[in-house]
This record gives sequence, structure tokens and C-alpha cells, in this order.
Amino acid sequence: MKSNLKIVLAGEGGQGVQSIAEILAEAAFAAGKQALYIPSFGVEQRGGVSLAFVQIGEEPVSAPKFATSDMVGVLSSRSVSRVRQYVAPESLLLYDSSLEEEVKKVYGPGQRSVSVPALKLAEEELHPRVFNVIILGVLLSLINFLPLERVKEALERHLGHRFAQDPVLRELNYRALDLGRQYGDVRERR
Amino acid sequence: MSVQARPAIPRSWRPETKPHKFCPGCGHGLILKALGMAVDELDLQDRLIFACDIGCSLLAWDFFNIDSIHTHHGRTLPVLTGLKRVRPELIVVAYMGDGGAYAIGAQHLVNAAARNEFLTVIVANNSLYAMTGGQMAPTTLPGQKTETTPYGREVKAAGAPVLGPELVDSIAPTGAYIARGTVASMIQLKNFIKKALVHQIEGKGFSFVESLSTCPTNWRTNAAETWHFLEKEMSGYFKVGEIRQ
Amino acid sequence: MAERPLTGERRAFMAGNEVLAWATLAAGADVMYGYPITPQNELMHYWTRLAHRFGREFLQTEDELSAGFATIGGVLAGKKAFTATAGPGNVLMQEPLSMAEMMRLPVVVIVAQRGGPSTGTVIYSQQELNLTCFGGNGEGFRVVYSTSSHQELFEYTLKAFNIAWKYRFPTFILGDGYQSKMYEPIILFDPEERGWEMVPARPLLGLPGRPGEEREPVHLRNTFNLEEELYEVVMAAAGDYARAAADLAEYVTFRADDCELLIVAHGVVARAALAAVKILRQQGLKAGYFRPITLRPLAEKELREAAGGARLILVAESAYGQLERLIKPSLYGLEQPVHGYFRPGLGITPEEIAAEAAKILNSAGYGL
Repeated sequence: MKSNLKIVLAGEGGQGVQSIAEILAEAAFAAGKQALYIPSFGVEQRGGVSLAFVQIGEEPVSAPKFATSDMVGVLSSRSVSRVRQYVAPESLLLYDSSLEEEVKKVYGPGQRSVSVPALKLAEEELHPRVFNVIILGVLLSLINFLPLERVKEALERHLGHRFAQDPVLRELNYRALDLGRQYGDVRERR
Repeated sequence: MSVQARPAIPRSWRPETKPHKFCPGCGHGLILKALGMAVDELDLQDRLIFACDIGCSLLAWDFFNIDSIHTHHGRTLPVLTGLKRVRPELIVVAYMGDGGAYAIGAQHLVNAAARNEFLTVIVANNSLYAMTGGQMAPTTLPGQKTETTPYGREVKAAGAPVLGPELVDSIAPTGAYIARGTVASMIQLKNFIKKALVHQIEGKGFSFVESLSTCPTNWRTNAAETWHFLEKEMSGYFKVGEIRQ
Repeated sequence: MAERPLTGERRAFMAGNEVLAWATLAAGADVMYGYPITPQNELMHYWTRLAHRFGREFLQTEDELSAGFATIGGVLAGKKAFTATAGPGNVLMQEPLSMAEMMRLPVVVIVAQRGGPSTGTVIYSQQELNLTCFGGNGEGFRVVYSTSSHQELFEYTLKAFNIAWKYRFPTFILGDGYQSKMYEPIILFDPEERGWEMVPARPLLGLPGRPGEEREPVHLRNTFNLEEELYEVVMAAAGDYARAAADLAEYVTFRADDCELLIVAHGVVARAALAAVKILRQQGLKAGYFRPITLRPLAEKELREAAGGARLILVAESAYGQLERLIKPSLYGLEQPVHGYFRPGLGITPEEIAAEAAKILNSAGYGL
């Protein structure tokens, strides 16, 4: 994976898309990379598709948004077509396995992609609320140059206050991260 | 015993700018005299800020030997709010007309009163816009002729006169001082203003005094008619007295 | 005196609105008066929390008129006061700013541009250039910094308070929704530790001594009786502004000395323009760039020199020609054609600018 990355993540409000985008960018910054993260924001506070733009590289990032991205993560059904403009033939589309049908319909069978049963894994093995952290884990394994420690530190900065109230939550998040990373190690297909 | 050569003027007045700039028969000079007397009695000259609105009230900018600021039409309360919040030791007076208080600056009056800002507001109510040439004001009486109600204010079309102090009374929390005086009763007016200032000094809350005033120029009245309009017409509609102590 | 908000250098990764809260704190701002409007809201959110910690003040007013006029009250009182706004709020803010311009009041205003006209979008644009530079019923005697990174947001905010209190012109940080909402690396620092000289605030009203007896009263006016009285006041401000302009005007160039196409951009779009120049140079196309940092006053002479050395000019902006109109008087008489790449309310990428630049160069016969 190249070292100057443009990533778009999309999901429903409440799925935690912005959290994982910020954690990813912050971890990259802590690892000594240049990074920029910007959320999409409009007048719909709730109910719209939530988009996050992340860039990680060696040089200072130029424009905050971009035309097409290297990786596109799709977490919900409505997000599949919402991110169409950011997906180029060479973009890697990462999506939850439950979205298989929609993804095929919008992007055809030839799109470079990774399907992850994150929702299923979260529901069956962990907890639905760590769905996004599984996706973060997959992203990390695909990006492959961000030290896990920096990501864990960023997680702590963002969720530490909740972990303090409920230590089980920390355990859940770390397991979700690991699960995602293991999954991402194997699953790229053409 | 010596005879005084001229009537005493308040010590806080600026003699260099007298005679003042208001029209003959205008009530502003009287309200400012009441304010000057109250300032003298409380010895506030060196810690008072006098802010005037736009309208005839702006002509008071150099009336006193007191630091002063012109603001914009209706915007005197936010300026003083911003000042008082960071210099609470200063005593601040907003001086404005009924248009500035109840029309263009109404949102500021409502919100400053609701927040119980430590400001003293003095509103000259002369029942019309005077500086711009005699248009209808929020306080124009039913049937009163102005340049924009040439056939008399019709309540059905143009609304009923705004009762400023009563409006403030409905909004301001406990601690506010609210009164309506008149230039026809100078000692009473001075006492209302003085109580308003003391209220601010003691940090009790918002203080608000409306004064009924005269505008013979735009009313197009002679002395007797002016007095009649103030004492009969205006005082009949706008009840003079303290609303909250 | 409360604890200093910053000591040493603090490397951080944060949103622009948080950077602005730290910057205003570090600049010694005493008070913020504000009214909620996207995309500047989080600046207020951070300020209210930090102000509480560091003994500063905040008031949420009833509207932007009130926020602007209360900011004026704050500076009259001798405090470093500021406000922040955007879009329709910036429209309302022009009334108090007109008073600040007339009375030479050192207010600092942070603008997070959003889409317009009207309520537009809450997101991003560069459409508040006209309003911020020339809003109000006056001459635009204002200082407007158009920042393009978090580091600049921080440093120009520190500077804005100094410039406002030194020159007594209303001073603006013209940011935008992208800069407010995006996260990027920043180094925060205490300006005095770095050797910056911070200009102190001083009361303009409520001075010591009994007015009329121990000193003259301060009577500040914005309304004059005679044409000539107003003329003198405005001309004095015009003179001060013209004299200060050379000190105030700031700009950046890149490869502008040997370019065929000069790209002019400001704010966050300048980042894309700079990246576009690098792409074009790699392709062997001779592009350069000129970025005004101050939009008021503009570095007119330097812009004209840079433009005069090129054959073509391309203005790129997230507005429909507001920057182009601002710079055109500086180019008067030059023969270089000026092309506009106008994307009102839309973000602009380096690739777009590079493609547009290549197209213009090729069609004019300066391509490869």
C-alpha cells in the first residue's frame, strides 16, 4: 500500500464513522505522518449519511477534500451509492458483507474490493456498538504502516473516559480491533 | 447674602456645551437635567459611562462632563452589556428614544432585561420619531397624526402603542427596577432615575426608567397644546409611577 | 492572574475551531461575545470551557448584532474582545463592524465562511470575501487575513489582536468551514515565550480622573453634523490606512519568477493551487503561484510584478469571481489575460486546478 493515502468512510449517523476516521488520522499524526481529517457536515444533524475524509502522507496535505480516493469504506446501505463519486476503478472498496447486493449493483463485479462480515462478527462475537472498530481494524491491516500502539493510544484518548466507567468496553474495543486486523490480513480480492 | 446670577445647573453638566442642541420645548433637556441631578447626588461623575442611541438622543453626546459613546440606532444596550460585563465597577447609562428601545432595538431590550443585565436604561417617550421628521413610533397614540399616519394612527392597521415599562415588567426577573416618569414631574423623575442608578450600584439587576417627553417641533404644538398633550393625552395612556421597586 | 494557557510548545492534532480557541486564549483575549452559527460553533464550545479554566469571559448574545456591539463594548472597556461568525451572521455583523471602522475600534472577528447567498450551506465557501473586506457603509478600512492552515489560524489570530490594538482597524481572520472543521497537525505556543511582543489593550472610555475637572471627558462620536466634519474623520482614517498598508500587506509566492501561468488563490484554495503548481512543474509546464495573505490591504505592487512576469493568469476560488474582482485593479493596464476558475461553495482540488491550468496553457500555445 502506498504511503500517501486518501480514504473516505461513509455510514449512518451513530455508526461511529467519524470516530474511527479521527482515530485513524490522529494515530497517523502520532506516528509522525502528515495527516488531515475532515468530516462532511450539513444541515442534517441526524439521519443523513455521514462521510469522513482522511489523508495520510509524508508531505503536508494540500486540499482537505479530494476527487477520488485510494480506499473507500462503506458501512451502510445508503452509503453505497453516496460514495460513488469517490470510487475510481483502482480504488479499494471496503464494505460490510451485508451490502454485497447493493455493491454489485452500483459498482459491478469488477470493482477492487474487500467484503468484511463486520456487522455479523460484532453481533455474534462482541457487541453491535464495536462494529466500527472492526472496520478500523481491517483498515489498519490494509494500510499496513501504522503502528498498533499509536492506534490504541488514540482509542484511549477518545474513549478513555468511557473505558474508565466500564472496563469491559476497553476489552471489547481491543478485541474488535484485533478481529478486524486479522480479517483484513487475508481478504483482498479482485 | 448674594443673589445667584443664573439658575444652578448640575455639576456633571458640561457648561461649554450649553445652551444645548435640542429644540425649544424639547423634553430631552429636562430628562438630562434629572439625570444630571441624580448623578450629582450620587457623586457618579468619575465612574459613569453615558451611551446614547441614535435619534435626538444622540445630541446628548457632549452634554455631560462624563465619558460618553454614540452607538447605533437601537444598539446601545449590547454595547453597554459588552462593556459592563468586563468592567463591572463602572456605572453605565443607556439613553435612547422609544424607537430605539421598542422598535429597532426591541430584541436587545427584551434580552438584556431577561438576563437582568446591570444596566440603567432611560427611554425618552415622545410618541414619535423626532430626528427623522415625525414618523409614527411604537408609542404613537391611537388617532395621533404623524408623517406616516397622516390620518391618525389606526390601531387595527398599525397596532396599539407599546407600553415599554410594562413590557419590561413582563420579562425581567426578580431584582429589576422599573418605572415611568414624566418631564412634567421633575423631582419624581430625578428620584426614579436615582433609584435606578442605586439599583445598578448595588448590583440588584436591570433598571429601567421611561420618561414621558415633549416634541413641540413634530407635534406642531404651542406651549399650551404641548403641555396638554403631555399631561392629558400621554399621561392618560401611559401610567406614570413605579412598576417595580 | 490566572494560569497561562500554554507553556512550551505543544504539538497537537486538532480541529481548526479548537485551534482558534487556543489562539485567542494565547493572544490574551479577555472576552468572547458570540451567537451560534455553523461552522464556527465549536470555537464557542471550546472557548466556554477554556475561558472557565483560565479566567476569561463569555456571553451568548441574542443575535450577531448584539455579539458585534457587545464586542465593541468590550474593547471600549479596554479589554481584548472578539467574536466569531459566518454567512448570514456575518451579514448582520456588518452593522457593528461599520461602527468599529468609523470609530477605529480594535475588534477582532473570526469568520468561518459558509455557502451563500442567504442561508446557503453550513459547509464551506470563499463567498464572504466581499462582505468581510468591504461590508458596511464605509471604505473597507479593515485588516483581513486569509489563512490556509491550522498553523496560520493560530499565528495570525495572535497577530490579529496585535494589529488591531496597534493600528486600531477592525481585524479579521477569514477562515472557512473546512478550516474550522478539519483536523491537522499544529504547534501551539505561548507568543511571549517565543519573543513576540504582545500589544496591550487600553481603555477607551472610563479613564481615571474626574472628567471635566481633572481631565477632559472622552466623548466618542460616530455621527456628525457637517459634511466637512465627517470628511476629516474619514480622510484621517484613509491616510492612516494607506501609511499602514506597506507594513500590513502580506503575500506568498512560489515559482512566480519564471512562470508562464500565474495562479492566484487565497485561503484554503491556495493549498490546492500550490500543489497544482508542483504537479504542473513536474509535467514541465511553467506555472507559479501568488497567494495574498492579507486581502485588505492587498500587496498590490508585488502582485502586479508577479503578474507582469507571467503570460497568463488563473484565479481559482470557491466563489464566483470575488477574488478576481479584488485583484483586477492591481493588474490594470497589463495585457495578460485573466482566467477564472470559479467554484462558488465548492472545494477545489489540486488536480482540478492543474487540469484547468494545463488547458489554458495549451490553448494559448504555451503547453508542451
